[in-house]
Amino acid sequence: MTYARRTWIVLWKDLLSERRSKETLNALFFFALLLLFLFQFALGADRERLTAALPGLLWLGFILSGLVGLGRAFLAERENDCWEGLLLVPGDKSAIYLGKVAGNLILMLLVEAILLVLFAVFFDIDLGAHPIRLIVVIGLGTLGFAAVGTLFAAMTAHVRAREVLFPVLLLPVQVPVLLGAVKATEAVLLGEPLSAVGHWLGLLAAADTIYLTVGVLTFDAILEA
Amino acid sequence: MTSRERALGWLAGLGLTAGLVMAFGVAPREATQGNVQRIMYLHVPAILVAYLAFGVVLVASVIYLWGRAAGADRLAHASAEVGVVFTGINIATGAIWGKPTWGTWWTWDARLTSVSIMFVIYLGYLLLRAMIEDRERAARFAAVLGIVAALDIPLVHFSVYWWRTLHQPPTLLRPGSPPMDPTFVLALMVNLAAFMLLYGYFTAKRVRLLRQEEEVFA
Repeated sequence: MTYARRTWIVLWKDLLSERRSKETLNALFFFALLLLFLFQFALGADRERLTAALPGLLWLGFILSGLVGLGRAFLAERENDCWEGLLLVPGDKSAIYLGKVAGNLILMLLVEAILLVLFAVFFDIDLGAHPIRLIVVIGLGTLGFAAVGTLFAAMTAHVRAREVLFPVLLLPVQVPVLLGAVKATEAVLLGEPLSAVGHWLGLLAAADTIYLTVGVLTFDAILEA
Repeated sequence: MTSRERALGWLAGLGLTAGLVMAFGVAPREATQGNVQRIMYLHVPAILVAYLAFGVVLVASVIYLWGRAAGADRLAHASAEVGVVFTGINIATGAIWGKPTWGTWWTWDARLTSVSIMFVIYLGYLLLRAMIEDRERAARFAAVLGIVAALDIPLVHFSVYWWRTLHQPPTLLRPGSPPMDPTFVLALMVNLAAFMLLYGYFTAKRVRLLRQEEEVFA
């Protein structure tokens, strides 16, 4: 079995079980909807304040739903001794990591798409001016988040207080990604070209590369129960 | 206590005494900030040694994942603890200096923010270690986090720097000669050496304590 095939099998297994149970996605959809209420209550009816805070709110929504979603990433494996099954996969274990990252990335991008639509509808914000630029920024930011999130989710899956520990570990490490993504999203929503935020995109790309490399190299040490 | 540890402890004590003498007796009063500036002799060495400590955590973590030597894990653990304490000293002394100089204990300036993010990341590192009972597993997970954390420091630094900056530029590590009286620099260097000795002393003591804990619970 090739490396790519093993990665694909892990990804396919996660997508299939999510498609059949719809556990995470359904819950995250309602969670995202509730976040909109919270943002509205926190900022009030003032439209200008809302517009000014929009990129931050958007990423706050992504991060919060990402925390809820990623925290569950390895629960299925834990419950039915599937962890041992993962351990029995032949060859390089980092294929499992990449498969999991891909699965989490797809899940997060789906939730983010839903959140974007909800924002556009409920807060009457035009997101469609430069869709490609927005996709590039969101993709780069989400990849970094998924890469570290998957690594830390596997780590905290074994810890008693994992619901607390997971965000406490993940959030400070993600500060560079969050700052870069918010600033770049802000610029894109204002209609600026991507070249205006080239340094932020470079930082996001560097963060993604570093996180993925460390994840691939160290996942073996986390997986062995 | 081993004789080498004791020697290190005495050297650190001597160094700190010499540092105090230099900071309060030899170094002149700074012209604009007055005596408040003398806190720099504590503030700057503390953060430089904290960076050193987190660098040691990175190297020890890589060595641990490579060969699974228990000694490397103990070194990483001890060094992270000492690094967190020194970062805390740096933040606290900075606040004490900031109140009379900037007129505020805290401001969300770039370097204050990035140092405090580093502080929180390594607090999380110690929290992770404390929450895992299995010693060997704690060592493996902490090693991975130690690597991610250290590689994250430059990313945090740049992102926060671009986000906002107000802090005066670093005085020492700047191209060209430092614009300070040589006595200031000398006092700073003596204190830096003393803090390095103190770091070595604390870390050696903590490593030995961790080893003894393992022997007791084994």
